[in-house]
Amino acid sequence: MSSEFISEYEVIHAKPKAFYETYARKDELQHQTHYCPGCGHGTIHKMLAQAMDEFGIKDRTILISPVGCSVFAYYYFDVGNVQAAHGRASAVATAVKRSRPESIVISYQGDGDLAAIGSAEILHAANRGEPIAVIFVNNAIYSMTGGQFAPTTLIGQKSTTTPGGRSAIHEGYPLHVSELLATLEAPMYIERVGLGDNRQIAQASRAIRRAVENQVRGLGFSFIEVLSPCPTIWRLSPVESQRWVREVMEKTYPLAVFRDRTKDAQPRPMPQEPPALDTIPQIIGVANGDVPEDSAIRHEPVTDVDLHVRVAGFGGQGVLLLGEVLAEAGLDAGLEVSWLPSYGPEMRSGTSNCHVRLSREPIDSPLVTAPNVLVAMNEPSLKKFDKSVQARGWVIYNGDAFPPECVREDVHVLALPFTQIADALGDARAANMVMLGALLEIADALPQTSVDAALRRLVKNPRFFELDERALARGRELYRESVREVCHAG
Amino acid sequence: MNAEKRDRGLLRVDGNECKGCGLCVEACPPKVIAMSERLNHYGYRTATYVGAGCTGCGICFMVCPEPGAITVLRAMAQRSAAGSGVTMGTEGAMPCASN
Repeated sequence: MSSEFISEYEVIHAKPKAFYETYARKDELQHQTHYCPGCGHGTIHKMLAQAMDEFGIKDRTILISPVGCSVFAYYYFDVGNVQAAHGRASAVATAVKRSRPESIVISYQGDGDLAAIGSAEILHAANRGEPIAVIFVNNAIYSMTGGQFAPTTLIGQKSTTTPGGRSAIHEGYPLHVSELLATLEAPMYIERVGLGDNRQIAQASRAIRRAVENQVRGLGFSFIEVLSPCPTIWRLSPVESQRWVREVMEKTYPLAVFRDRTKDAQPRPMPQEPPALDTIPQIIGVANGDVPEDSAIRHEPVTDVDLHVRVAGFGGQGVLLLGEVLAEAGLDAGLEVSWLPSYGPEMRSGTSNCHVRLSREPIDSPLVTAPNVLVAMNEPSLKKFDKSVQARGWVIYNGDAFPPECVREDVHVLALPFTQIADALGDARAANMVMLGALLEIADALPQTSVDAALRRLVKNPRFFELDERALARGRELYRESVREVCHAG
Repeated sequence: MNAEKRDRGLLRVDGNECKGCGLCVEACPPKVIAMSERLNHYGYRTATYVGAGCTGCGICFMVCPEPGAITVLRAMAQRSAAGSGVTMGTEGAMPCASN
């Protein structure tokens, strides 16, 4: 065999260098994105990263991420990152570009972000011709929050808030942002592309490259709208979603270049040099010595009932319901209460937790950063919140083997295999109520009648109501038994 | 040995990063990507290269929503006596295969 024919291959397409090698900012699964299978964000991210690689601008790029599923774009892009308040990404991009005119500034926004709450910001940024690039990911629905209708939702398209389909009479017509911005004088480049098939994807890649190139050339406002699939919320397979972009969405949102004034364009001069940093305190009338003293809040419990509860576990373990029953019971007992659910934007594989406060006094903040009771329904949750528990507080942990690194001398612990205990009662899903029973017994602040009333309001199915009542009673019993054991042991 | 037997392209799929959306299977013009029979560690069927026929066009890479799940390689110029440098043909551009 001749060595002349030895097959030698070279890599021609691989993960762009503008991405981090591993996504260390993610809590878990650091080797892959948090996006659902078939989500358009990953594809658009890749196009953007490829363009950054091609122009060699990674080190002078500042990406503004929005609120929406792509809120965590900063997990992935190894560039300067700013995450903006909902809808404000193009306003933040304006400020970033003005203070760092040499930077490549890219605002990445979804349709719920840009076309609804951020419609004023994008309109005025475009009208000023701000020299930024905006990538507008349009999937015609609010996806992160579970599928509510957006300004971009198609006529007749069903969503959780338009269950009968969007009607023009009630919700108006789909907002054509690209066409709208193309009526303005200032924008430099506006194009709508899609991810509906190979041809569209290739065009989308070119358009995004074009927007980045405009930044490199120092030109004005570039806007690329991308029709992007959302298989999870559309309830279609990834391949069907792609088809839906091509066959349905594109009819409402035709793909086209709406504005292109880049050909003979000159770099846009910045409006005004920003003032030097050290002159700013003087300009705003703050002398250097005027910084406020340390104003850390000291926590002083003043009332007889002052529960700061954090409940944490995997999505689906009943974390939020546990907190809700507790808060409802407090309400029934005439206490001041707050219940604040907190979960990631991931539609899948997420963890969830909630903050619950019960007090006789008005509640200053619904946030529980230093709980006096932590209910940890799994090990990752325990490890995450264990250190935050107040001294002399309680940790109720689902598992009999308490991880040694979480052991603290100054807190009380009730660690039992609650899932197995609930399973023995008839359904492993009642583990949350067994844990709540133990919590109620420990807190000793609520009458059982209030708990019953709360449960009746929240659990409609009589079978589950009965199961939950038994689970609560079992939880109370388990705590009392553990106390007796301690007494005997002592 | 027949030089024609060597594929122009080669495909690598990271079985841990792939989430099994199947877009690459649909997009591949020569249809040389299939879904695995087995589930990976995370419970997904993953894309796998059937082992032959890749042209190195890179379309699977473009449609894949995961940044590093797919790596595409292309055969380097052959150093055969008769060879006259690289002949890229149409696979150098993004063809417009419909799906």
